[in-house]
Parts: sequence; structure tokens; C-alpha cells
Amino acid sequence: MQNVLSLSWVIPFLPFLAFALIGLFLHRWPKISAALSILSIGVGLILSILISMIVFAGEAGFTYEVAVRWLNMPGLSVDMGLLIDPLTAVMLLVVTIVALLVQVYSLGYMHDDPGFASYYAYQSIFAGSMLGLVVANNFGQIFVFWELVGLSSYLLIGFWFGRNSAKDAAKKAFITNRIGDFGFLLGILFLQIIFGTLNYSELAGAVAGYGNTAILITVSLLLFAGPVGKSAQFPLHVWLPDAMEGPTPVSALIHAATMVAAGVYLIARAFFIFNASPETMLVIAIIGGFTALFAASIALVQNDIKRILAYSTLSQLGYMVMAMGVGAMAAGMFHLMTHAFFKSLLFLAAGSVIHALANEQDIWKMGNLHKKMPITTWTFVIGALALSGIPPLSGFWSKDEILLSALASGHTALYILGSLVAFMTAFYMFRLIFVAFFGDNKGGEQAHESPAVMTVPLIILAVLAVVAGLVGSPLMNNAFDHYITYPGAFHPAPNHSIMIISSLLAIAGIFLAWAIYQKKWVDFERIKIKMGGLYQLLYHKYYIDEIYAWLIKHFVDGTARLMEWFDLKVINGAVNGIAWLTGHLGITLRYTEDGQVQSYALYMYAGIIILLIAALCAVFTVLA
Amino acid sequence: MNHLPILSITLFIPILGAILIMCLSANRQKAIKYIAAAATFVSLILSLLVFLNYDRAVGGMQFIEHIPWIADLGVSYALGVDGISIPLLLLTNLIGFSAVYASWNIKERVKEFFVLLLILITGVMGTFVTTDLFIFFLFYEVVVIPIYLLVIMFGSSKRVTKEYAGMKLTIYLLIGSAFLLVGLIALFVKSKALLGFPSMDIMTLAKINYPLAFQIFAYALMAVGFGTLLSMFPFHAWSPDGYAGAPTAVSMIHAGVLKKIGGYGLIRIGLFILPAGAKYIAPLIAVLAIFNVVYAAFICLSQKDLKYIVGYSSVSHMGYVLIGIAALNVISLNGAVMMMFAHGVMAALFFAMIGNLYEKSHTRNVSDFGGLAHQMPRLATGFMLAGLASLGLPGTVNFIGEFTIFVGAFSVYRVISIIAITGIILTAVYILRTLGDVLFGPRREEWDHLEDLQGPEMVPLIVLGTAILIGGILPFTVMDLINSGVGQIIAHIGTIQIGGIF
Repeated sequence: MQNVLSLSWVIPFLPFLAFALIGLFLHRWPKISAALSILSIGVGLILSILISMIVFAGEAGFTYEVAVRWLNMPGLSVDMGLLIDPLTAVMLLVVTIVALLVQVYSLGYMHDDPGFASYYAYQSIFAGSMLGLVVANNFGQIFVFWELVGLSSYLLIGFWFGRNSAKDAAKKAFITNRIGDFGFLLGILFLQIIFGTLNYSELAGAVAGYGNTAILITVSLLLFAGPVGKSAQFPLHVWLPDAMEGPTPVSALIHAATMVAAGVYLIARAFFIFNASPETMLVIAIIGGFTALFAASIALVQNDIKRILAYSTLSQLGYMVMAMGVGAMAAGMFHLMTHAFFKSLLFLAAGSVIHALANEQDIWKMGNLHKKMPITTWTFVIGALALSGIPPLSGFWSKDEILLSALASGHTALYILGSLVAFMTAFYMFRLIFVAFFGDNKGGEQAHESPAVMTVPLIILAVLAVVAGLVGSPLMNNAFDHYITYPGAFHPAPNHSIMIISSLLAIAGIFLAWAIYQKKWVDFERIKIKMGGLYQLLYHKYYIDEIYAWLIKHFVDGTARLMEWFDLKVINGAVNGIAWLTGHLGITLRYTEDGQVQSYALYMYAGIIILLIAALCAVFTVLA
Repeated sequence: MNHLPILSITLFIPILGAILIMCLSANRQKAIKYIAAAATFVSLILSLLVFLNYDRAVGGMQFIEHIPWIADLGVSYALGVDGISIPLLLLTNLIGFSAVYASWNIKERVKEFFVLLLILITGVMGTFVTTDLFIFFLFYEVVVIPIYLLVIMFGSSKRVTKEYAGMKLTIYLLIGSAFLLVGLIALFVKSKALLGFPSMDIMTLAKINYPLAFQIFAYALMAVGFGTLLSMFPFHAWSPDGYAGAPTAVSMIHAGVLKKIGGYGLIRIGLFILPAGAKYIAPLIAVLAIFNVVYAAFICLSQKDLKYIVGYSSVSHMGYVLIGIAALNVISLNGAVMMMFAHGVMAALFFAMIGNLYEKSHTRNVSDFGGLAHQMPRLATGFMLAGLASLGLPGTVNFIGEFTIFVGAFSVYRVISIIAITGIILTAVYILRTLGDVLFGPRREEWDHLEDLQGPEMVPLIVLGTAILIGGILPFTVMDLINSGVGQIIAHIGTIQIGGIF
């Protein structure tokens, strides 16, 4: 069985191989390309299951690590390695399961797309990069794959490159992530220079004995910039809603379930650094909590089904980051896992709707879908219930763990904020459901249920969304926490009042949505008008995109124009000026060559006098 | 070890090709192109053999050839390569071979074009394989003539005329070489006085302990001379105009390798022979390098012509090389050499793609294009690969260069490095804007007639693309070699404390 561990490099390698083969040779045969891609991730899933069996059969501290030198010189070496421990095993399972289901689902969703083969090539490079990131044993390697998942995301957001909106969204995603990566890279450079290594376990030892708090705060905050970009935390969250321009399965896989969770994973992986500085932890908790609330408030008023889910993703990522910040690493990872299942379910179900309605995404143009699309509707409802935190679905357990940890660690304000977000989440999700799936608009008339290749993944994910939470629930003695842990972690005792309050809040949210959008007891158009200012603020996402656009236009492009002017007028002006001067000196001085012996004698005489004066000056200087 | 004078053969095969072409009638265009391709191919294979057969465990100068030439001046025809020169030799031939194919569609004055191109390739190669200062300078001067003729005969006039561009390029090269010449003469005179006999051998010159004042003086001259060649701010003005005016092959070779003679010279001649001078002036170079990186990157944002974007971008990337050279440690210098190689293949690929597009569409304005990936998917792949390499994406060799430079420089210049590293954001902005506007977006009918890359046009993409990816995925293949060369230079000069000028 241990041989399986030494084979784990195959998991990221196969998708990369599939990418290369499709890109170079197979792109003319879309079906073979898709089969190869699915096969590569399928093998990865089987290996991940085997690895998990080994890891979870062992002790909590189980680790397997191997590495090869990748870049080596005196004072700097970067490895490509494998670090298999319970944290890795969980992520491997999550990524391979969701990726496999999404790729199968895409067979139906993308079946008539002319770029079918490239789509699977991009899916493969994403899977390879993401899995490479997951198994990394050092910061150099994780940065390499971190940027490569950024590339895959860029390629897949811009997959329908003929649309200007897709083109712009892809660019925005990459550049926003680069800003985060700038900080992340500086953090890595600091680590390399201070500790002389990038390996996690070596760093863990070095950081533990390191006393310079200021440096630790700086380094950990810089490293945190990476997750802020990748996991779309405020203020770098702007790219994620726009990323919905990509095909919906991509949104499910990359922009909801796996890639955006990479930031959370990084915090968990390098928890020893973050946990070593309480100041950074507080910043992480506040940014996470703020993003959770901020994004949930925007989701309340959006009309595009994918955008609602996108803001919901932002909000849930904020939840996970907040969990990390309050020291509840296991709770954050637990929520990452359950969220991956129910959010990919929600996106794939939304994709099924969009597919059936010829790319309609406005929830107000849908309605009564539950009659025509029963599987899609009910799986979507299960996903929404899980997301809202209704017991005993998976989201309930993971959300409860986070709220419990926030309260137990003394972050009462964050606990209240988290509970409020839970209420808002239930409300906006069921607003969507009552309008799109049960509303009386005629939009859903021509809809039809999607083929089995799409509905079967939905059903599997729905089952996971229901049961996956049990592994971390008090019912199973918090088994998840037992494995995903760090030195000094504590687990507070289950608190029944927190469970009851959060469930009641979720039910209240659903009830309110039902009352407003199903029963129409309250006229929402009047609320909209009455609270016009607030509504506009939320509807326009707090105008943050507009503010950024203004800043870029005036500061970045303004500086660019200023620099160009300087280069053309000052630098090139000086160059051309010298050339002009040289030319004109030549023109002027050539008239001194006039052929008159008298004038030559005059020049000679002047020269002698100048030389004499110079010589005399020199003599006097020496004498003096 | 190796009795065949492999370096001489590599060096002179293109000249042999040029002579053969001169014997042909001007209208045998096919034959001329095949000869050029064959000559550069042989050089490429030989330099690959040198790359593979160099004994990395032993290190030092290998494949040595030595023939005394002018005894009174201590000049000899001395060739030899080490870990620093081999990657640049290989780079020259990768680009030279690709440049021939990038010029495959030339119809006018084919004979003159390829003769000049082959002479140019030999000239550039010569500077990297010689260990004699005089020969180095000789080859450096050899490249000036073909460059000037190629630009004014085959160039294109946009923002500036091709005559202006050619003249600007040539005068800058000559001004640079004037500074160098003074520096070299000073070095010769001083070393003769100290040694008691004349020598132009770099190894011999490096063994002398020159007075500090002399080192500063001579290194300053070289910093201006080589700095101009490397488009160091504020001596960079030739670069964008020059590349924009030059024909594709010249842009490829100039941006790809010729420029790197500056960086190579600063390390091999400046730092190796005059370490104290290098250390004294290093902080100034580091400060100027920030201007290179940030200032040029900002200018890229406001450019509309593809060649100007890549031209300014190359000025920006040379800033990284300069910082690597200024930080003066093994890591940063490894990074600088790697970056020179990486930027070379990337810039050459970029110019090859731009050249191909310009040839077919007769415009280089970003705003004239849009959605080209619909009509030209292969060209789009080439553009994407070059662009992603340019923004230092992991998986491309450029990432290795940048990352290594950052690690090396960050330990020496903290603030300067942080400012310079913002370049990774700015580069992403201008590269992705450009790629997006040219390749993506709705299909534009007016470009439906453009044909995608095919046949010989694919060669630059395949050759340079492979180099970008192999270097990026298996960086140790190149880095171990560079490290053996840089390690010996650092061992020679010892650990040095940087500073003095400020």
C-alpha cells in the first residue's frame, strides 16, 4: 500500500500530460480529447481515494514527504516535492471529485461548442496545476502552481474569447490576482532571505524559534496578500463576479469549489506562520468577516443567477478566511470541503437551467422551472438548504463549527456578524429559488430537463452536500478536527444554543424570502423605491469597480502618458538636440576653413596665447 | 579533450554560408534561403553539442583554441566558453536559425539580406566565444555595419523613418563602443605597466590587482559603454525606435542577443577584471535599473504600435538584468544570465510573430486588430506564449530568471527590489491589454483573408517556444551550467562589500 504514496506524483502529472497531448496532437478529435482528460482525472481520483485510505488509517500526524531538486545554487534551492498528510488528502479528494464530476457534466453542457477540445485541454491544465499546488511541500513550488492555476483561470474565463466581456473579465482576473501575488512573492522572498529555506517543515521549525515580531507580522501579512487575491477577499474581490463570463461548469469548478479555495488552503498549509503573529490573525479574521458580510449584502439584490452565486461564493470564502483568522483552521478547511460540494452543485444546477433556457441568466425571466426540470430544481434546493445551514445538511455542521470557534475564541463581534450573514445567505438563496424555480413568470415554459450526463453529477453532488458534513459533526466526534489540526489547536465543546440560533436564523431567512417572493405579502418593488439609495448602492456593488476604473484611468494611464511625454520630449528631445547641435556646429565651423592664410595665422596666434595662459596657471598652481 | 576546433567551426559556418550565397545569382532566391537555413542550422546543432558536452563538473573555460596573433599587443585568436557564454552562444544560434525562417517571405534583394544577416550572426557569436579582449572588440564592431545596412535597406518607417532609426541605432552603438575603446586602451596600458608585458587575455588581465581609482574609472567607462548597449536608462532611447524601424530578423537578433553583449560584457569584462570598480558603481546601476523597469513599463501602457510595446518592454526587462548585475552575488548573477537567455528567446519570438502579422496585414497598430485568434490560432498561440513568458509566468524560462534575480537582489537592495518587483504587475497589465486587444474579442471581417502560420513560418514558434518551455519546466538544465560559470567568477573576485558611490 505504501507504494501508492510514492505514486502520488502521478496525480498532478497525468492532467498535464493530457493537456500537452491534446494541445499538440489530439485537438482535431474532440471526443478523444475529452476522454483523455476525464481519464486522467479519474485515475487521479482513484489514487486520491487510496491515499486517503492510507492517511486516515494512520495517526493524525501522518506525513509522507519526498522531493527532487528543481532549481539549485549556493544559497537558493527550490524543490518539486510531494507532501502527503491529512490536509493534502482532503484537498486531493475534494479537487479530484469535483473536477471529475464537472468534466463529465461538461460533456453535456459543452457538447456543441466548437472549442470542445481546447476546453478539455484547459480543464486538464487547471486540474494539473491545482493538484500540483495541493501536493506542494514548499513555497517555491506552491507559487509556481499558484500562478499556473491563475493562467488556467485566465484561459477558461476567456474561453469564449469572441465576447468582449469575456476578454475583459479574463484580463481583470489575472491582473487582480497578480497584485495579490506581488505581496505573496515578497513574502516568499523574505522567508528565503531570513530563514534560507522555503520548505514548510523546515520553516515551521525555524519560525517557532524566531523572535522578531515585526518581521513575522510583515512576512505573514505579505503572504496573506496571495490568498486575498486568489480567494477574492476584499479589496481584491472584484475579479470573481466578472469571472462568471466563463462557461458555467468552469465557474463551478474553478470559481467556486477549488481554485478560489486555494487561498484558504494556503493559510491552512502555512498556518504556523500566520498563527505565530496574533496581529496578522486579527487582520485575517477582520478581512474575512468583512468580505462575508459585504458580499452577502450585494447578493441580496442581484438579478443574474450566476452573479448571485458568485457573491455567495465571495461571502462563503470570507467565512472560511474568518475561521482561519480566529484560529479555527480545521473549521475553515471543513467549510471549504462542504462548500466545494454544495457550491459546485448549485453552479452546475444553475448551468443546467442556463443550458435549458438558451443562455438566459436573469432570474426574473425564469419561473416555474420545477415542473419542467424536477431533478435540477430539487438538487438546487438541496444545495441551497446546505448553503443556508439547515440541519442536518453539510453546510450546517461546517458553519456551526466556525460560529462556535468565533464565539469560543472571544471574537463575539465576528460571531454576531457570522450569524447575520447566515440569515442573509438563506434569504438571498431562497429569493433566487422562489423567483426562478417557483415564480409565475413565463420564462421557464420552453425549458426541458438536462440529459443524464448532466443530471447524474448533480445527484452525486447532492448526496455529498447532504452527508459530507457528518465527518466533522459532533455526531462523529469531530473526526475531521482530529486529523486536520496544528500544534496547540483547541476544539470547543459543542454549543446547542449556537446550533439552534443559527438554524432559526436560516429558517427565518427562508421564511422572509417565501413571504416576499412567493406569497407577495410585501411588495418588494415598494421596498426597492423606499430604500432607493441603499438599493442602488448594493445593486452597483458599492461602486467599487467604478472607483477602481477611475483610479486606473487617472493614475495608471495618466502616469503612463506622463512618462511617454517625458521620454519623447525630454530624453529623445535631448538626443535629437545633441544631434542638431553637432550638425549645426559643423555647418557653422566649416566657414572658418576659408582658405585665407591670415585667418589661419590668427587662429594659431590665439591658440598659442591660450596654451601659454594655461601653462602659466599650471605653474602658479604648483608653486602655490 | 576535443581536438576538433568546434567553436571556430560554429563561428565561421555562417560566414561560409555568406560566401556561398555571394557566389550565387541574385534570382536564385530558394537556394539562397536554403543555404542560410543550412548554415545557421549547423551552427545551432554545434552549439547544442557544446551545451551538452561541456563538462559541468570541471567548469572553467573549455573547448579552448589559442593562436597567437599580434605579439606586440598581446593579442591572440583565443576562443573558449564557460557556463556564462554557452547559454548566450546557444541563444544566438536559436535566434539566428529562427531569424532566417522569420525572413522566409522576403522577396526584394534577398541575396544582400541573407549575406548581411549571416555576417551579423557571426559577429554576435564572436563576442561570446572569445577570451581575448581585442577579438571581443573586433567582433563587436563587426556587427555595426550589417545592422545599419539591414535597417536602412529593409526596415519600415512608422513613428520615425527607417533612416532615422538605422542612424540612431548605429550612432548609439558607436558611442557605446567609443567609451569601451577608451576603457580597453586604459586597461591595456595599465596592465602592461603592472605586468611588464602586453596582454589582451581576459584571464590574465583579471589576475592583476588594479588600484581602486583606476578600477572605478575603467568600470565607469564600461558601465556607460555596455550600459548603452543594454539600454540602461537614460541611454535607452535607441532601443524602441531602433526595433520599430528594423526588419523582423534584425529586431529578433538585436533585442534577443546583441543587447545581451552589454550584460555579458559587464559580467565577463567589467566585474571579472575590475571587481572593486564594479562594487563601487553597483548602487548607481541598481538605481538606474529601477527607472528601466518601472519607467519603461509605464511607457508600454501608452504605446499603440506592437513593436514599440515590445521595444519598451525589452528596456523594462533589462532593468531586471541590471539589478541582478548590481547585486553582485551568485544568486543574482545567475538570475541575470538566465534572464538574458530568457528575454532573448521571448523577445525574438515576439518580434517574429509581430513581423509575420505585419507582413500580412501591413499594420502594427493594436487598435487595427481584434479577435485575430479566430482567423490565426497558431499565431495567437505564439503571441500568448511570448506574452506569458514576458510577464514571467512560471513554466516559462523567464520566471526562473526573474525569481532568481529577485532572491539575489532582495538580500542586497531591499527597497530597490520591491520597487522593481512592482514590474511584475505593470508587465501583466500591458501584456494582457495588448494580447486581449489584438487576439481576442469579436471576429473582424477585414482580417478574414489573413492566413495562419504555416510551413517555414512555424519554425520560430517551434524552436523558440521549445526553448522557453524547456528552460521553464526543467530549469536545472540551464541553471546548473550558468551556476558553474558564475560560481567561478564569484570565487575569483571573493566576497565583496557593495557600495561607495553614494
